[in-house]
Amino acid sequence: MDADVTLRINGTERSLALDTRTTVLDLLREHLDLTGAKKACDHGQCGACTVLLDGRRANSCLVLAVACDGAEIVTVEGLAGAGEDLHPLQAAFVEHDAFQCGYCTPGQLCSAVGMLGEARAEGVTLDDDEIRERMSGNLCRCGAYANIVPAIAAVAR
Amino acid sequence: MSVAADRAVGAPLDRVEGRDKVRGEARYAYEHRPEGVVYAAAVTARIATGAVTAVGALDGVLAVLSHANAPALQEVSDPELFVLQSDRVRYRGQVVAVVVADTLEAARAGAERLEVTYAAGSHDVVLREDHPGFYKPEGVNGGYETDSVIGDPDRAFAGAAVVVDERYATPALHNNAMEPHASLAEWEGDRLVVHDSTQGSWSEHNTLAEVFGLEPEQVRVISPHVGGGFGSKGTPRPQVVLAALAALAVGRPVKLAFTRQQMFACTGYRTPTLQRVRLGADADGRITAISHEALSQSSRQKEFTEQTATVARVMYAGKHRRSTHRLTRLDVPSPSWMRAPGECPGMFALESAMDELAVATGVDPIELRARNEPPRHPESHKAWSSRNLVACLREGAERFGWADRDPAPRARLQGRVLLGTGVAAAMYPVYRAPGWAIARDAGDGTFTVSIAAADIGTGARTALTQIAADALGVAPGSVHVEIGDSDLPRAGVAGGSMGTASWGSAVHGACRRLREEGGPEASYDTRADIAALQEYARHAFGATFAEVAVDADTGEVRARRLLGVFAAGRIINPKTARSQLIGGMTMGLGMALMEESVMDREFGDYVNHDLAQYHVPVCADVADVEAVWVDEEDPHLNPMGSKGIGEIGITGAAAAIANAVHHATGVRVRSLPIQIQDLL
Repeated sequence: MDADVTLRINGTERSLALDTRTTVLDLLREHLDLTGAKKACDHGQCGACTVLLDGRRANSCLVLAVACDGAEIVTVEGLAGAGEDLHPLQAAFVEHDAFQCGYCTPGQLCSAVGMLGEARAEGVTLDDDEIRERMSGNLCRCGAYANIVPAIAAVAR
Repeated sequence: MSVAADRAVGAPLDRVEGRDKVRGEARYAYEHRPEGVVYAAAVTARIATGAVTAVGALDGVLAVLSHANAPALQEVSDPELFVLQSDRVRYRGQVVAVVVADTLEAARAGAERLEVTYAAGSHDVVLREDHPGFYKPEGVNGGYETDSVIGDPDRAFAGAAVVVDERYATPALHNNAMEPHASLAEWEGDRLVVHDSTQGSWSEHNTLAEVFGLEPEQVRVISPHVGGGFGSKGTPRPQVVLAALAALAVGRPVKLAFTRQQMFACTGYRTPTLQRVRLGADADGRITAISHEALSQSSRQKEFTEQTATVARVMYAGKHRRSTHRLTRLDVPSPSWMRAPGECPGMFALESAMDELAVATGVDPIELRARNEPPRHPESHKAWSSRNLVACLREGAERFGWADRDPAPRARLQGRVLLGTGVAAAMYPVYRAPGWAIARDAGDGTFTVSIAAADIGTGARTALTQIAADALGVAPGSVHVEIGDSDLPRAGVAGGSMGTASWGSAVHGACRRLREEGGPEASYDTRADIAALQEYARHAFGATFAEVAVDADTGEVRARRLLGVFAAGRIINPKTARSQLIGGMTMGLGMALMEESVMDREFGDYVNHDLAQYHVPVCADVADVEAVWVDEEDPHLNPMGSKGIGEIGITGAAAAIANAVHHATGVRVRSLPIQIQDLL
């Protein structure tokens, strides 16, 4: 069964008729050619598919697109601001070598952007332990955590 | 960053594809959308042994492929690639059908709905020491002898002042690269083009040609970006054959990715091991006899024997020596390579036993290893090309603050946590495979270097750029390195920690030749160089230090600090090298404290087959992990003087942590992972 869905993705309004079983992740990857968000577990267990959904980080593999009518979605492709080649976190990830294979990286970046917003809203100071705790929903099998934390810390402070 | 033209090697260059990766623009295998592409989903066996008796039909899909109707394949050396050719089921989770549909949702739903009936047999899936099926395979992986016996170890143990004789166990472990095994296959007439997640496009194109009865030129494998592999993508896995079969059947491009759950049966894992290590020594800890016996499992499908006990042939001196491997075949999925296959579980056992010998003799663990340093390879008697284990231990001791360590176990209670420190050696052999590279001068000050290498996150593309830049005498920014495509010059796989050494030698040769001879292009093949290599024992060594805090009430273990010091020849790129080494150590932390694939005796598969139940380290598990290296000049390796760094990081981590847990708690855990119930 198809349903009409309209969303704003990286600032652009998109209207599509979608199978009601389609997740936001599959919408991005298979319908809109936005393959930055990654599918690694498809069960909300690894964070590779993390996007910002109405400003909050979300596992896009667990969200049905049909349930997001009218939502605002930002993916890794939309992180850099107007006139910006890289978002400061993207630049920090390159500088700190905060990834190896790169497959978890878009999720790490979206999650970190979301976390910075949460910390601002909550008035929480992000020390290294707080970053580690709040980033633990994003797995990195290459084991780049020891570089991810300083990369995020460099932007958070 | 800008680097002087003659000094690219050794500079901490940022990853050349880094910008693409952080912008989400680096495309992995599943992320291409050719015109008319359709989707396939695999259906896997719900029995451990027996046969498929019937496969149902489905509405609303393009095709259902099973043994009853799949196009015929040629048998190749890996029986796991002979998919859908027989009704036989050899393990639970084996692919028995593929559903192809216009959309991903329809394919997945079809695979869920498909009715498959079976005639089930009985199964035998648990590795145990008294299993009646153990036999002596003709050889073990890596081309090593199954057994090695020197002198009379039994007599030496009987006469030794101190004997350590213990059994160790490591569980099945799954690579779990973040990118699943995923393929896009398309037939262009009688030519097969696949985008695959592979560690070796060149070897894969040859294998696929065999499987489909084609000439190698008729197959192209493209894999510029690979989301990790850790050995599990070192050879083609079934998904690429299934995608190509499905594309053949429906006449359209087909994408197929294994689900995370399917990966646990279909893409390989590290075999569980049962090991016995015996060390005989004099009262000063000088080893007189060493024995390492390893048991492991393979599937009914194929013989796969890890070289677990070969570490005991390399690490320490000792006159009387024995190392053996025995294998049994079970109704289980086929094991395969996972980061330092063999060395990793073997070093856990051997380096735990060394710590036990240190305790038994009262000799400091670093001093004990230094006392048993062999001047030449202890079994082949070849000269070491370089061996700096002791330098690593000493450097690490200095940095880690080992000097004032009190060896007494369970003696440091800080609040409600027990603190302890441990050390273990790390080791990985140096291999090199032949390869061929082409360097081209564009005439505008830029150069393109081509080789069918793979960057699975290792930093290979960046390291090759640096090697090429120096050989050409230009800045790295002037060099474009093309890899990840079997249409490029022949290259070996990203495996055995030999990628950069193997490909770099060819790149170096081609670039040097272009610089010296001029012209639009030059190529270089390293086959003759490798054939002419002199006889040396070539290994990288290292020392891993761990500090743990164990909650005295709950038994929870936290690794507070991990330090690795490595001697791995010349480091091409200190930034990416450090990342790879700490990545290996982090995976070793997982092996020590959390990773375990649990065999379900009742149903015959790995029951915790997802990332919620198979625990890999997360950000909060990794506090302070650091890797450094000692300067090592080794003229007997390759033009760069480099050893591999992809695997050595994991080889010492688990034992270092287990040894630290013993120091903290007084409890020696010999079966991984270390769990709360071991310590309470």
